[in-house]
Amino acid sequence: MPQILVEALAKTYRVAERAPGLVGAVRGLLRRRWREVHALVDVSFSLEAGELLAFIGPNGAGKSTTVKILSGILRPSSGRVEVGGLVPYEDRVRHVARIGVVFGQRSQLWWDLPVLDGFDLLADIYRVAPARYRRRRDELVAMLRLAPLLDQPVRQLSLGQRMRAEFAAALLHDPSILFLDEPTIGLDAPSKLAVREFVRRLNREQGVTVLLTTHDMHDVEALAERVIVIGQGRLLTDGPFESLRAGVLAERRLYIDFAGPAPELEMRGVTVRSRTECSLELAFDPAQIPTPKLIAAIATKHAVEDVHVDEPAIEEVITRFYDLHDLHEARETRAARKA
Amino acid sequence: MQWARPYIAAFRARFQLMLQYRVAALAGFATQCWWGAIRIMVFAAFYGAHAAAAPISLADAVTYVWLGQALLALLPWVADPEIGQAVRTGGVGYDRLRPLDAYGYWYARSLGWMLARALPRAALMMVGAGIVLPLVGLGAWAWRPPSGVAAALLFVPAFALMTALGAAVLMLANIIVAANLNERGVNAVLTPLVIVFSGSLLPLDFFPDGLRPFLHLQPFAGLVDIPFRIYFADLRAGAALEGLALQAGWTLVLVGFGRLAMERMMRRLEMQGG
Amino acid sequence: MNALALYGRYVAASLRAQAQYPAATLMLTAGHCAATAIEILGLFALFDRFGPVGGWSFGEAAVFYALVNIMFSIADLLTRGFEVFGTDFVRTGAFDRVLLRPRAAALQLAGHEVRLSRLGRLLQGLTVLVLASSLVPITWDAAAVATAVWAVAGGVALFVGILILQATLAFWTVESLEVANVLTYGGVQAAQYPLNIYAAWFRRLLTFGVPLACVAYYPVLAILRRPDPLGAPDWLLPLATLAGFVFLALSFVAWHAGMARYTSTGS
Repeated sequence: MPQILVEALAKTYRVAERAPGLVGAVRGLLRRRWREVHALVDVSFSLEAGELLAFIGPNGAGKSTTVKILSGILRPSSGRVEVGGLVPYEDRVRHVARIGVVFGQRSQLWWDLPVLDGFDLLADIYRVAPARYRRRRDELVAMLRLAPLLDQPVRQLSLGQRMRAEFAAALLHDPSILFLDEPTIGLDAPSKLAVREFVRRLNREQGVTVLLTTHDMHDVEALAERVIVIGQGRLLTDGPFESLRAGVLAERRLYIDFAGPAPELEMRGVTVRSRTECSLELAFDPAQIPTPKLIAAIATKHAVEDVHVDEPAIEEVITRFYDLHDLHEARETRAARKA
Repeated sequence: MQWARPYIAAFRARFQLMLQYRVAALAGFATQCWWGAIRIMVFAAFYGAHAAAAPISLADAVTYVWLGQALLALLPWVADPEIGQAVRTGGVGYDRLRPLDAYGYWYARSLGWMLARALPRAALMMVGAGIVLPLVGLGAWAWRPPSGVAAALLFVPAFALMTALGAAVLMLANIIVAANLNERGVNAVLTPLVIVFSGSLLPLDFFPDGLRPFLHLQPFAGLVDIPFRIYFADLRAGAALEGLALQAGWTLVLVGFGRLAMERMMRRLEMQGG
Repeated sequence: MNALALYGRYVAASLRAQAQYPAATLMLTAGHCAATAIEILGLFALFDRFGPVGGWSFGEAAVFYALVNIMFSIADLLTRGFEVFGTDFVRTGAFDRVLLRPRAAALQLAGHEVRLSRLGRLLQGLTVLVLASSLVPITWDAAAVATAVWAVAGGVALFVGILILQATLAFWTVESLEVANVLTYGGVQAAQYPLNIYAAWFRRLLTFGVPLACVAYYPVLAILRRPDPLGAPDWLLPLATLAGFVFLALSFVAWHAGMARYTSTGS
């Protein structure tokens, strides 16, 4: 029995069309014209307890709409959603008591209150039994190294510190599911690593189901075995990231430094991506020509100093995927932002 | 006129920015109509009881109320929020980097802010209270035009001076805000002071007779009481000219004060590295 | 932790935050007291000049003034969250976070921020009541006190209802919500004078449209032991307060409708 079940989920908004200028505004008052925006079209997937899923897609694709529906604050136009046996938007209070949500760059803690006071207030809001609360709180404070921050008002914390406190706040009531909406955005490198490490431990050691939306592909690389790509309201792919990569950009990169000037290279299945005076960057398909064979073929003919093999950067894979599916930032959201 | 270009530009920029808030102007207009209506109904009740005790006629009191609502934005009852914002974000420092007279620059911006908020509402109020009310037969409660040519002519300088005086008062408030970073505290003192002593709450002559000499001479009288009484000729000829002189005099005093205070504040910022 | 206890925690947290700036809080309270007190100055000046109006002396009129200010100040203390709902919650998306907590949204908004400075209006209202009591004079026996408390409760309910309605508007449009000030601050402006001095159409609006008269006029008549100059029967006077509670209940209905709309259209 999956913990999260989404079937044929659809969400359509009606947006009023407004002509610019004063005449348009007046006309808009008299006769409204509506345009339909299909934010989600027939999305289906399911999640077992303890899974970690990454949700990616261009801006305006429907990621946050899906998360909002799953967390219960938005009703779908049609389709079936079940989380832990409950329909989120119909059983709001019971449902949100079992989930935790972290929004990147935004804190739910009270600005002027010390962190610990904020935690105490949340314990009251979520009706956590005092002994359980203290135990869980101390555990999270230790895991996230929050001890020196506890008596400082939230407004005095840096963004990295605030996000660590934010994670603790979201987990105080022991939710079985955690929704993360761009959790590492704006964080410096050490903080990003700390967040990823924390989420990994949470998922692997404590079995918390995690659903993560992100633009940071390194989050995906570090955390997600399973990836769903959403584009223009549709679910485009659902599976391990490696399958995505293999389907889109099944190539390797070979970087060679030569002892002398870099040679001209004409080989089947091999493209020269860039060259400097003494080095070449090659792209090749390992299915057509295995890596050791390629290196050997070059090294026997030329003097090679150094060799480095890599896969294309994850951003490249995703960008290529978007291009293949003709995904651009949803036209609706772009136009709406201009208006 | 080259020297004036930056100040005119500052005025125009702020003015045009405020004009964009058309919907807000409409909402504000509706609210103020209601306010005006309540004030007028209260006057009507008191006049109904004992009209002889009143210092001005009911028609003049009604006009006073509508004028007050129309020109409410010219009353300096809160400090310019842009200054508070600039202080919080540290933008105040930039003004010292510009080759400008800081006081003049701020003054022009405050003037733009007040006039841009006043003009749309005044226009709407003129249509509503000045034209529509008489048309539907409620002429007795309408905003009447100035009482005679002399009054109309004298109202022009009175209006200009009330605006200038208002901006000067606003500048003092702004400087105190900038110096102390305490916008809400300044507003807490400024609002009751200005609303009572300008005559916005009640025409000054309604207050106990013993207070009259003081009330007529204090600086805030020139913001509402003096110009409005010139409008319906309660202040005529010599008395009107005295009123204008009082407005002008206080404007000069407050501008002078303001410039001194600004000097001191800027110098203090320089020393602290503001 | 039940709702009332949680509300207490919210209030404590809000007070603790303000206690970090004691001087500023004190000055703001004094400022708010002064700003709201100028109205009684106006009232005094008018009565001083014109004499009794509508059958009321200054002292009696001051009782109306005091009670409506007391009612509104308490409602003001309770509803900051609703007052800033449009700008601070809907427009910023912070309302989503409210919905993500396993508690009623209205409860969270009520506990949002309890501004001590609003006590300034309460202070001047109470002061005027004390002064008026000696001017009239009023004998505060058990019946009068009970009527006063009951009247204030109904008035608080009415004003809270108006503010909840104002917040509900934000579900449809985040612009120009200041129009609702007509009912709150405008209501206080109107009701600070005994309502029989106004013309009939206005009185009717304030009795059946927004039942301000029911909470701020009729009960005060009962306290002053005066029959209604407009002829309402004596037994109606204390009962009229019920209208405030009815209004509050209706405003909650509207609020829930607004929430349903928010969850189906998003922000």
